[in-house]
Amino acid sequence: MGEMEQLRKEAESLKDQITAARKAVQDSTLQEAAAGITVVGRIQMKTRKTLRGHLAKIYAMHWSTDSKLCVSASQDGKLIVWDSVTTNKVNAIPLKSSWVMTCAYAPSGNLVACGGLDNMCSIYNLKGKDGNVKVMRELAAHTGYLSCCRFISDTEIITSSGDCTCILWDIETGTQKTVFAGHQGDCMSLAVAPDFKFFISGACDFTAKLWDIREGTCRQTFGGHESDVNAIGFFPNGNAVITGSDDATCKLFDLRADQELITYQDSSIMCGVTSLAPSMSGRLLLAGYDDFNVNIWDMLKAERVGKYMWKLYIPLENGRKVDPAEDSEGSSRVAVGTEH
Amino acid sequence: MTINTLAKGGLHREQMSCFRKMEKVIVAMQDPDMGMKMRNQRLLITVIPHAMTGQDVITWLIQKYHICEEEALHLGEMLVRYGYIYPLKEPRCLVLRPDESPYRFQTPYFWTSTRWPATELDYAIHLAKKNIRKQGELMEYEKERYSLLHKRINHTWDFVVMQAREQLRASKQRRKADRIVLECQEQAYWLINRPPPGVQNMLDWALERPNNFSTRVPLNSDYYKSEIETSRRALGRNRVKSSICLEGFIKYSEQYQNHDPIMQGCLPSNPWISDDIAYWTMNSEIVPVPTRLRVERWSFRFMELLSDAMGRREFMTYLEKEFSAENLHFWQACEEIRHGESSKIVEKVEDVYKNFLAPGAARWVNIDSKTMDKTLEGIKRPHRFVMDDAQMHIYFLMKKDSYPRYLKSDLYKNMLAKAVVPQETKKSVFPFMRRQRHSSPSPAQASAQAAEEDGRAGTNSAAGSHF
Repeated sequence: MGEMEQLRKEAESLKDQITAARKAVQDSTLQEAAAGITVVGRIQMKTRKTLRGHLAKIYAMHWSTDSKLCVSASQDGKLIVWDSVTTNKVNAIPLKSSWVMTCAYAPSGNLVACGGLDNMCSIYNLKGKDGNVKVMRELAAHTGYLSCCRFISDTEIITSSGDCTCILWDIETGTQKTVFAGHQGDCMSLAVAPDFKFFISGACDFTAKLWDIREGTCRQTFGGHESDVNAIGFFPNGNAVITGSDDATCKLFDLRADQELITYQDSSIMCGVTSLAPSMSGRLLLAGYDDFNVNIWDMLKAERVGKYMWKLYIPLENGRKVDPAEDSEGSSRVAVGTEH
Repeated sequence: MTINTLAKGGLHREQMSCFRKMEKVIVAMQDPDMGMKMRNQRLLITVIPHAMTGQDVITWLIQKYHICEEEALHLGEMLVRYGYIYPLKEPRCLVLRPDESPYRFQTPYFWTSTRWPATELDYAIHLAKKNIRKQGELMEYEKERYSLLHKRINHTWDFVVMQAREQLRASKQRRKADRIVLECQEQAYWLINRPPPGVQNMLDWALERPNNFSTRVPLNSDYYKSEIETSRRALGRNRVKSSICLEGFIKYSEQYQNHDPIMQGCLPSNPWISDDIAYWTMNSEIVPVPTRLRVERWSFRFMELLSDAMGRREFMTYLEKEFSAENLHFWQACEEIRHGESSKIVEKVEDVYKNFLAPGAARWVNIDSKTMDKTLEGIKRPHRFVMDDAQMHIYFLMKKDSYPRYLKSDLYKNMLAKAVVPQETKKSVFPFMRRQRHSSPSPAQASAQAAEEDGRAGTNSAAGSHF
């Protein structure tokens, strides 16, 4: 036992040294740095489109890169591709397992993916020869539920799972290329860096990790949250990670300073963050919460500049019931009515 | 998922905060001074005290919270769906009707937050009471559930029947009006907690997350050894000052502010408001003339130029004039290896070697000898990232050398001058001329739809879409 105690002490001491090194570069606070910039006015959000058709809770949605199409996954066992401008359904794909928790749109627009309690990621080809949408691949290797998936290209996809790992798959062969292990709790979400060389994952071990896709290793780990990290995204310039957690806060972790620089919290907010998305310039952060609200934060001043209560439309059977802001990214386009 | 709000063993925490909010509204509604005016409602031959009409509810919400009718209707709906207010006529239809339909407040005893989750035992007692009272007139689904429960909790069935009988006996001693009220309250409670098949379960259970992660990873010496190694590596990394990082974000936001549609709006118009997709059409991948904002972005960062198909095309034209186009061709070929099909990697790597790296190659690229050696070695066993180092070298070469000169060139300046600044479209004078968009019917509902549509006329709210 003596050896393990020594190892434990060494690990602790190294962690303390890292904390000290991080503190050493803290030469400015957000208030000081952002003192000179102009305040953003209040942002009003209005519903512009309502997409009706799902029969049960919608667990996830993802926009296509063309800003018009999006895909949503519902526990009624359907994946629907919408033309959000006309509100028409372009495709309605029946799923083998109705317990779907995530979906993704490939940047090319050719493929969509989904997965959930079946522990698999199913890839569907939208541009099949005969016009039918069919399952192209079923990626099975995770031993836990699929919480999130994101395409890198038509040939590669990254998935995160309740088995605490993330996997990079080769879609063509349907095999796993790299397993990213290290988290000590269910991985809840992931986001790919703008240069496609890294990705970040948030997990129920209260941390976010930055992974090198090529090396398969964890480059950096960011702690500080007091509960599960549910949502994660990159700041548009790729230099920072934004996380949303059950502890009711969002945090910005800078990759170069290797630490948390900003926390977005308010004493009146007491429920967890379920999803988030920054605006194109990085000035605004839209975050969806458990109480059906979307809060808009001024990212540089760490102040709330807007709020939107998600609406449930009558009648419910035909309506779109949205799980509290699972689609915050979508809400910035659907509810706000502006780009991105 | 709310912090510090554990309810009944930690379940359904995510919805508790909403219930608290709804309860605040309900309490406000019953305030003796500022609350709603109640009246007696006639139900068949009995008079029910303390009831209100649907319209009353909506009016009160509008006045109290200064919201519009649509939002008040929505809020009132939620109060009904979660069981805080229940309808007296048509109790199975949990809808808030903005008319004279009578509603009543649910007693706090039956509030969702206080009695959650509803237990099997309670449900069994409820069904047993109903069965005894109405002698086998349970609804079909209730009959099924009743027999299922009978099997499942058979061991306490005597207790169930006894309780049911006791409760019925106690209720017989109440005044008829009270008895009806209690029955209504109980029924409303069970409609929410055990909805009939086909009706959405408002209290549906989210995924349970076992958070005892400390038991998943064994904290043994192997674990600590790997932690030590990771920490040593992490300690050695270079850390940038926070002031510089924050400065970076501020500069980025400022630079892109005019390009951010949420901040600045978009020209010619916001497609979500005007239903005109010109904004997207003008900015699609290949257009005859790009917009000014787009061309401006090419000067922000090299990656902006390279990730835009038109930007790449323009840059290529420039490089051709400078006789260094092979660099961009090489970079593009490497991208295709990195992101393309695995089966084509070997073939593509060979092509790249032949065209760009081999001595005397047609489009030979200038890479330093160290990187060249490493790459040539790697080509012997080609994989997706084999060209990474060489690609990075050429990337930086272009970024430091050709890119800044391109931005100063006439080619770029002309592009910027020619670029389109879309005119803002004037808002149309007749708003009702906007096209109604018809959404295609849900494939799952083809048959049910026809029947429902008749019942739904007039309840679809406007967002420009309906079945």
